[in-house]
Amino acid sequence: MRKKLVEFRNVSFRYGDEGPWVLKNCSFEIYENEWVAIIGHNGSGKSTIAKLLNGLLFPQEGEIIIDGKQVNEESIWNIRKEVGMVFQNPDNQFVGATVQDDVAFGMENRGVPREEMNKRISETLKAVRMQDYRLTEPHRLSGGQKQRVAIASVLAISPKVLILDEATAMLDPSGRKEIMETVGSIQDQRGLSLITITHDLQEVVQADRVIVMNNGELWKESTPREIFTQKEALRKIGLDVPFVAILTEELKHAGVHLGAAPLNHEELLEDLWTLHSRT
Amino acid sequence: MDITFENVTYIYQQNTPFAHKAIQDLSFHIESGSIVAIIGHTGSGKSTLIQHLNGLSVPTEGEVRIGEYRLSQEHKPKDMKELRSRVGVVFQYPEHQLFEETVAKDIAFGPQNFGVPEAVIKERIKDVIPAVGLSESVLERSPFDLSGGQMRRVAIAGVLAVKPDVLVLDEPTAGLDPRGQKEIMDMFYRLHNEQDLTTVLVTHSMEDALKYADRILILNKGTKFMEGTPEEVFSQKEALQSVQLDVPEMVQFLNRFEEKFGQQIPFRNQSVEEIAQMIQQIIKELNQDE
Repeated sequence: MRKKLVEFRNVSFRYGDEGPWVLKNCSFEIYENEWVAIIGHNGSGKSTIAKLLNGLLFPQEGEIIIDGKQVNEESIWNIRKEVGMVFQNPDNQFVGATVQDDVAFGMENRGVPREEMNKRISETLKAVRMQDYRLTEPHRLSGGQKQRVAIASVLAISPKVLILDEATAMLDPSGRKEIMETVGSIQDQRGLSLITITHDLQEVVQADRVIVMNNGELWKESTPREIFTQKEALRKIGLDVPFVAILTEELKHAGVHLGAAPLNHEELLEDLWTLHSRT
Repeated sequence: MDITFENVTYIYQQNTPFAHKAIQDLSFHIESGSIVAIIGHTGSGKSTLIQHLNGLSVPTEGEVRIGEYRLSQEHKPKDMKELRSRVGVVFQYPEHQLFEETVAKDIAFGPQNFGVPEAVIKERIKDVIPAVGLSESVLERSPFDLSGGQMRRVAIAGVLAVKPDVLVLDEPTAGLDPRGQKEIMDMFYRLHNEQDLTTVLVTHSMEDALKYADRILILNKGTKFMEGTPEEVFSQKEALQSVQLDVPEMVQFLNRFEEKFGQQIPFRNQSVEEIAQMIQQIIKELNQDE
């Protein structure tokens, strides 16, 4: 059986005692070696979920279980070893005077021996293709480069759960692709749970499963393929579907009916080819 | 206002061991009233280019002309402030620059600095609030109580209240959800047309460049790599890929369609609906031939 790494049980959260509920009775599970994308309009509660996952916030109602342990004041220091998080703005997550100091910071806090630290710095900087910048001062890096270092810093701690909270939003398309490929291969190798909070539809397509948030509620939970057949419903809640899904729908209007909903160019072209050679 | 770069080179920290050439021998022209998208991957010189548009940087070599303002080592405008009131820059994540107690005060901050009289500022606030899609009820609220999308609109209103002729947008949709992205871009497009602006859009989104820009300028390693209309630029897939840039998804798809079916659907910035109809037609013809 797959191991459950993250569980939300009827979680509700609001800022302060009087504020509106930003999360309402949310329940979901995320497994080992699974990639889950969380999407939703701005203010739908996505980032609140991320902050609850490693105890930056605590829910007023319900409970959150990470790798069998409930997240609370006593457990957060252990939980944070398991849950690595990369935020949107790299400028807010730098502490070191050089790139390698920055990657080392998290490991120092966790008492990783020096030899091992050196090894992991090389490994993770190589994984994000920043190995040539070990001694560079962070403020001399571009936004995309900073973000790659931030991801390396988190990977160096070998978390079981890796959360990217719009971590690629500030990168250019090729930077974005690199990061997603890097993160995807690391997820495969280490079997960690990967949670990506994103507006990028190409990132969503790569995930195993999608959680759609709307106004603090879990609106839907399914595979990307199933989710993206619901163009109208998604647009109503401020989201969109990828080009392939839009083209599939327009083809249907033009009288070309494809079988299952294709998710990418290959699948769509293959479906068209089958259709053409069948008739 | 017309914008011209003539053999512009910019070197950061010149004559130090840290000297770094961010822009090299860059020449291009932006016609008054047009929308030009500037595309390039991280580190290609886009941000440095923007800083030249309102005199935050002055070329190390060469000359920048914005309307009648000239920026070069020989000609530094005496009154940089005047130039800055004509060129409004919406930086990345402009909502991070909000600081005042109320939305109204925040919007007023820019024009106050340029010496616009209070009465005029009041009028302008009344104009810009609906222009950015906000209602007057937010004016007395703290900008920090608003949603991210609303905060960005407030920051943009602050730039518009200065009444610039040139609007420079540095990745204006970053971090917004799909609806927010579309709303903000449609808003800029409307403002561009209504206020006869010259708009410089720095973006990573090939889709936005395709949809909104009259011309596209591709930067690579601090210099011009390619320039032209969206159709011209995006038909050069190999060249773009050589500098790690992609073509819009629709163009990618059309290329792959041609590879598979041996039939070309020329890219003319069509709608998805038109593409679907052309595919339907091709499949129908292929079937009839057999």
